[in-house]
Amino acid sequence: MSLMLRYLAKRLAFMGLTVLAVCALTFFLMNIIPGGTAELILKHTILEMEEIPTDEQIAEISSRYNLHDPLYIQFGRWLSSALEGDLGSSYIQKKPVSYLLLLRMPATIMLASAAMSIAIIFGIPLGIYCAMRKNRLTDYILRIVTLLGVSMPGFWLALLLILVLSVNLKLFPVAGYGEARYLVLPAVALSAHALAVTVRMMRTGMLEVMSQPYITYAISKGLSSQNVILRHALRNALLPAITVLGMSFGHMLGGAVVIESIFAWPGVGSLLVDAISARDIPLVQGCVLAIVGVFVTINLLVDLTYTYLDPRIRYT
Amino acid sequence: MIMKFVDMFFSAKRASPISSGQVKWSSYQRIFSNRMVSICLIMLAVIAVIALFAPQIAPYNPNDIDLKSSLQPPSSSHLLGTDHLGRDVLSRLLYGAATSFTISTSVVLLALFMGIALGGAAGYMGGLADEVISRVIDLFLSFPSMIFALAIVGALGSSVFNLILALALVHWASYARLMRGQVLSVKSNDYVSSARVIGASDRRILVKHILPNALAPVIVLAALDMGHVILSAAALSFLGLGIPPSIPEWGSMLNAGKEFMRTAPYLTIFPGMAITMTVVLFSLLGDGFQEVLDPESEVSGLVSS
Repeated sequence: MSLMLRYLAKRLAFMGLTVLAVCALTFFLMNIIPGGTAELILKHTILEMEEIPTDEQIAEISSRYNLHDPLYIQFGRWLSSALEGDLGSSYIQKKPVSYLLLLRMPATIMLASAAMSIAIIFGIPLGIYCAMRKNRLTDYILRIVTLLGVSMPGFWLALLLILVLSVNLKLFPVAGYGEARYLVLPAVALSAHALAVTVRMMRTGMLEVMSQPYITYAISKGLSSQNVILRHALRNALLPAITVLGMSFGHMLGGAVVIESIFAWPGVGSLLVDAISARDIPLVQGCVLAIVGVFVTINLLVDLTYTYLDPRIRYT
Repeated sequence: MIMKFVDMFFSAKRASPISSGQVKWSSYQRIFSNRMVSICLIMLAVIAVIALFAPQIAPYNPNDIDLKSSLQPPSSSHLLGTDHLGRDVLSRLLYGAATSFTISTSVVLLALFMGIALGGAAGYMGGLADEVISRVIDLFLSFPSMIFALAIVGALGSSVFNLILALALVHWASYARLMRGQVLSVKSNDYVSSARVIGASDRRILVKHILPNALAPVIVLAALDMGHVILSAAALSFLGLGIPPSIPEWGSMLNAGKEFMRTAPYLTIFPGMAITMTVVLFSLLGDGFQEVLDPESEVSGLVSS
């Protein structure tokens, strides 16, 4: 038990370090162009886009937002207020970043969990099915489909789904947020990669486990194949699939940025894209913090699940 | 999982009593005698040739704007139709191949160089340097790469160079980790300690003994990573980051085409097919390598990315 606590403490410390480092990197990157920040704020607030800001205006904005201080002091200030839960205000939307994040977070979580559920609910049985039908026609077809799934850009699949199911067949809305039917296309498009990967890993895992002596023994004992698969093979075959699902989650958070933009899905991803194109630094910081925070937490959960499922793995 | 099989390939090599040169050569022979690998390599070479000779092959200048013939469906004069500015889609696709290959090759080379240098230094020097570099590698591997690439391009501004830089910065860490492991295991070989005993310099040991034996798997990993890099680059330019509109690129073509989905669906279909086809070839190449090097398991190279 103490071993596990030590492992947890170590992991949590590294998680904190990761989040901190990513925030610092983003902060310095966003401020790399000197003087650019004040100009951008001006452009988005008082001035028309073509107007060139005067030096006085830049000086005024710089002193209002303390942009004259060295970067590490600005970052320190951001960090200390972030620790108190204050992520600053969006330059452009004039609202607290934490408010905007809380507003947008549910949509992203809904989208990502829907996509993850699709990958798990369909991926695991399909992978087992493929393994059971190894080298038969259905196996080949599914393998080609999964090959397309890992190679196709998610945003292209999204566009094709819109083209066929929304524009031509009018089954689903083209974009937007609301009832369940708005969720279907973005969730399917986002899940495609993870689904394909899960099917492939599950198939491989099953095939590997089924060649183990204890499975041969279970079969020769006269257990039904259903019994062998469910009680003996599945648990061990699940391990690689879980690892890959965990890794897919990071992929999904990246993909969500693009998918949310296509479907005008009001999540953190589209918020981040808007914030980046407007160079709204506090908002970019907040979005990156939120996404990386979710990502490292999920990673930890995956690793803990893994150690729970496979007692042979030690905490190191 | 690429790491796993690359690792297996070379740990098998290390365990073998035959000298490394021989085993490496027979592995290469096995790789090229695999039918799937050969077919993929030939088709990728064809795409590369098309990219290289796009100016000669393309029927039109990819940036010739002809508003009178905008949004024309595929016809004999424009095989794949024209976009909203009347530019020939086929010509833009051919030039786009050049853009994609240039970007992904540069990203992989840059990341490879960073990975080899940092991973090699960590593995060879050990001690504090190893500790620091390893933590940085862990750090870079522990957050979503796409988000970070997005932030970098957003911060530095949209340009092809910044796009390459951003993608290289998020890709180098996996090469560095593999390189570090390789150097560590090669370093423990008897011929390295023998060289040291007879007084060879650090530089000579690195260049003559360690690098040649440690590099191969890292390069294999990098080649298999190309498909993933093409996908990331296309996603970023689809978001309108990285590629200026004057340069034909598959992702930005999709971005421009999506506005005209109702009237000109072919603008959405063809560039996506180009991306998918190229990445499928890289995935199959990964599968082929996998089959040759680790026949037991059947995991694709792209799976882990």
